[in-house]
Amino acid sequence: MHGLNISEFTGFIFLGALAAGFFGSMTGLGGGVIIVPLLTLIFGVDIRYAAGASLVSVIATSSGAAAAYVREGFSNIRVAMFLEVATTIGALSGAFLAARLQTSVISIIFGAVLLFSAYFSRKPPKNISGPEKTDRIAALLKMDSSYPAGGSFRHYNVAGVPAGFGIMYVAGVVSGLLGIGSGALKVLAMDRAMRLPFKVSTTTSNFMIGVTAAASAGVYLNRGYIDPALAMPVMLGVLTGSAIGARVLVKAQVRSIRLLFLAVLIVLAVEMIYNGVTGRL
Amino acid sequence: MANGRPAGEIKLDNIIGGVLRAGVLIAAVVVAAGGIYYLHKYGDLRPEYKFFRGEPSDLRSLTGIFKDALALRSRGIIQMGILVLVATPVARVALSVVAFIFERDYIYVLVTTLVLVLLILSLAGYRI
Repeated sequence: MHGLNISEFTGFIFLGALAAGFFGSMTGLGGGVIIVPLLTLIFGVDIRYAAGASLVSVIATSSGAAAAYVREGFSNIRVAMFLEVATTIGALSGAFLAARLQTSVISIIFGAVLLFSAYFSRKPPKNISGPEKTDRIAALLKMDSSYPAGGSFRHYNVAGVPAGFGIMYVAGVVSGLLGIGSGALKVLAMDRAMRLPFKVSTTTSNFMIGVTAAASAGVYLNRGYIDPALAMPVMLGVLTGSAIGARVLVKAQVRSIRLLFLAVLIVLAVEMIYNGVTGRL
Repeated sequence: MANGRPAGEIKLDNIIGGVLRAGVLIAAVVVAAGGIYYLHKYGDLRPEYKFFRGEPSDLRSLTGIFKDALALRSRGIIQMGILVLVATPVARVALSVVAFIFERDYIYVLVTTLVLVLLILSLAGYRI
């Protein structure tokens, strides 16, 4: 991408972010995971500026989507708020680490997280109804709730709070370190550890992503990682793309698009790791 | 709860949904306006993102961003829009504190306040 002026550079980044937002929302993987590799590998941007711009776009899509989900009544606000204690502390630790680790190390970790997200997203959802018994901590914290199902509300229990809390801390660290939403890890914590119904896990995760990212954003801003001119096309592109993606959910084609997106993720992951190991990023 | 959630809860959810939507919309408009102005002024220059130098100090702090935006500097306006965006989830957490106070759910008033304090400290530039 040599020889471009700022207008052309901004235009291309907008288009790339548009595609990332479109496929990210269509596949449910989010646009953030693809923005950092796009900016670093293709546009030659330093990984810290890339993480800053990505983080801004993550907040935008999370808040945009949460506005819709909150009304439907799927998100579990109590679970979200309690776990946000873990993700915000994690995010602050991650953003703190980002300033101390070498960019090549960050790049390798990024590749590994990408591979994990791609692998994890292949697996079908596990839970429909939640665990049979509520554990003590969940009962104390009144986490049981209900979600809309076929015209009425279905009750579910919550368990595995300590494990979920621990995984959420890690999700926060990853988010603060890499500038992504780490939705895959958040869903893992709620779906596998706390065994919430899958639709509750995904919407609650989305609800939480914005808060986690806002915690890192403060640190990123103070360290000078957020460049307004770079964040501008990324944020606007991802927002537009994900808004279109949410509307064009053509069921028949989703599977093949998903596979294509996964293939792209894997290629990018390998490339990030390779560049990290050879010290080119 | 066969017949769903209490009306007050749903009303608050609607307010929270509205705040989120408005926050994103205002942020996008401000960022786009600042962006167009920025491209108009500097669009012909070369981009410089290969090497990290960090943003100038005025684009790193809340007061600096306010000053730049009020002086109608293009990058300051964009950064202001980004700040509005970052403030959106913070506002959502603040509204949740209020919601839990109304519900007299004091465990969650505490939990949510803790999250809010962490967010504010991070934005205010407190180094941990």
